[in-house]
Amino acid sequence: MNIQGENKSRNNLIGLLPLWIVMGVFMIGPLIVMAFVSIMESNSYGGIHLKFDLSGYRQILFDTNLFDEMEFNPAYLIIIGRSFLLAVAATIISLIIGFPVAYYISRQKDSVKNILIFLVTIPFWTNLLIRTFAWIIILGKDGVIENSFGFIGIIDDDDSLNLMYTNTAILIGLVYSYIPLMVLPIYSSMEKLDVRLIEAASDLYSTRINLIFKIILPLTLPGIIGGSILVFVPCLGAFIAPDLLGGGKKLLLGSLIQFQFAYARNWPFGAAIAMVLLALIVTILYLNARVNRRHEQNA
Amino acid sequence: MLNLMFKRKKFLRVWEFPGFLTWTFFFFGFLYIPIVILVIYSFNSSKFAMIWTGFSFRWYEKLLTNDDMQQAALNSLYVAFVAAPCATAIATLTALVVVRGGSFKSKEFSNGLVTLPLMVPEIVTAVATLIFFAFIGINLGLINVMIAHTVFCIPFAYMPIKASLEAMDPTLEVAARDLYSDRNSTFRYITLPLLMPGILSGFMLAFVISIDDFIITLMVAGGGSTTLPVYIYSMIKMGVTPEVNAISTLMLAFSIILVTGYWVFSKKS
Repeated sequence: MNIQGENKSRNNLIGLLPLWIVMGVFMIGPLIVMAFVSIMESNSYGGIHLKFDLSGYRQILFDTNLFDEMEFNPAYLIIIGRSFLLAVAATIISLIIGFPVAYYISRQKDSVKNILIFLVTIPFWTNLLIRTFAWIIILGKDGVIENSFGFIGIIDDDDSLNLMYTNTAILIGLVYSYIPLMVLPIYSSMEKLDVRLIEAASDLYSTRINLIFKIILPLTLPGIIGGSILVFVPCLGAFIAPDLLGGGKKLLLGSLIQFQFAYARNWPFGAAIAMVLLALIVTILYLNARVNRRHEQNA
Repeated sequence: MLNLMFKRKKFLRVWEFPGFLTWTFFFFGFLYIPIVILVIYSFNSSKFAMIWTGFSFRWYEKLLTNDDMQQAALNSLYVAFVAAPCATAIATLTALVVVRGGSFKSKEFSNGLVTLPLMVPEIVTAVATLIFFAFIGINLGLINVMIAHTVFCIPFAYMPIKASLEAMDPTLEVAARDLYSDRNSTFRYITLPLLMPGILSGFMLAFVISIDDFIITLMVAGGGSTTLPVYIYSMIKMGVTPEVNAISTLMLAFSIILVTGYWVFSKKS
């Protein structure tokens, strides 16, 4: 504000340079290299041959059979589909659980509100791996649930409910991991909600159900969409929950990618799947940005 | 009078909904019961993680003699003490330019660039960084991890710094300039001290994020540069033992104390 023109733009440049260099070299650089690796031929010892080859992408859809013919193989499509469905389910469940919580917190007095919001954020700052691990103790064989059920006598001591390594276990893990990211944006929308609108609707004989679906829900839609994206995006690429609670048996996109680099050593294939995941997420973020822009224009 | 108050309590105000309190109560139960169970089981004397036999500190005592784990914990601290200051410095410079630099061409671009690590799924960042380091042949052990963490921590340091810059009253700086303070001393004696709480909270968030990061470290760290979360992961994979509960409890306590301490501190000031 008090610096002269030319001097100022030079200062701006110097201030931004560290960011551009670090992000350019160590964030955008790796993404470009990954895109490059995804269209190279794989080297069976890990790494790549410098030869253009689209087999990384082809492998997602097709297998080569004994006669060297291409054969449609839906296995990886199923994994992508399963990841997508689980992420959608986790988002919806988080929304159903989180919406009333966000509303309840937003209607408290300031001191209570601050404490409750802080309690929602604490898990976010603690280790995700450890929080997911806690669910092994709860769901696992002879874990807390089986033990207490056995104690009450619902199941025999030797029986197992086989809660672990199921889609349900993964789903619980995903919801548990990311639900704070659903509550917080909805809460900040609710903060701005004008209580008088609810009172007005109520005076005009609106039922409580209608208050929720016709007044509160539409007015807090930006927060709901924001929260849904914040939950959906990390769920789609989740690695910890499927790996620990799915036991690696139920492969999802995240664990599939990690597997290609850690064990299978097929870099182009792993890079190709990572590119697919990235493309899915860029599409979702782009669509969201477009909807937001239209929303702002209308408003 | 008392009777009337009790009677009134039964009616919900129009903006109150029946059952939301119970629902919220269960939500917090869902959020915290697993953590509480983990902590309780870390004091279990049984050799089997899942079966409770009695209270003991034996798993904490065992941690004291576990050299690998201590080395991993040290590595985590080394990485965080390098990555968090680097990320905070870059974030501070960027925030100063974006908030105070007026309007310039690359403003939106820079603002988006900062948040890029939050947009890209962590597993993608992890494998991309792994490929990148392998491709250009940088293999410096912990330094690779430090670089990856710096990149990932920048957005977390950036958010509170930018917020506190935006909340700062610019007239204070103008006043200092009016009183013949030059640009450098205005920055040193006015802007920087006012921005310090924001920078501190940015640093703290970056530090916690770095200490807790698992996926990127798992992919980028080589053999000798295991950090604590990666070590805990390999312990879990080898079989759930109460030792994992003990070290996990310590890590949880560390993060929660740090974040709570910061929260109380920022509420007071």
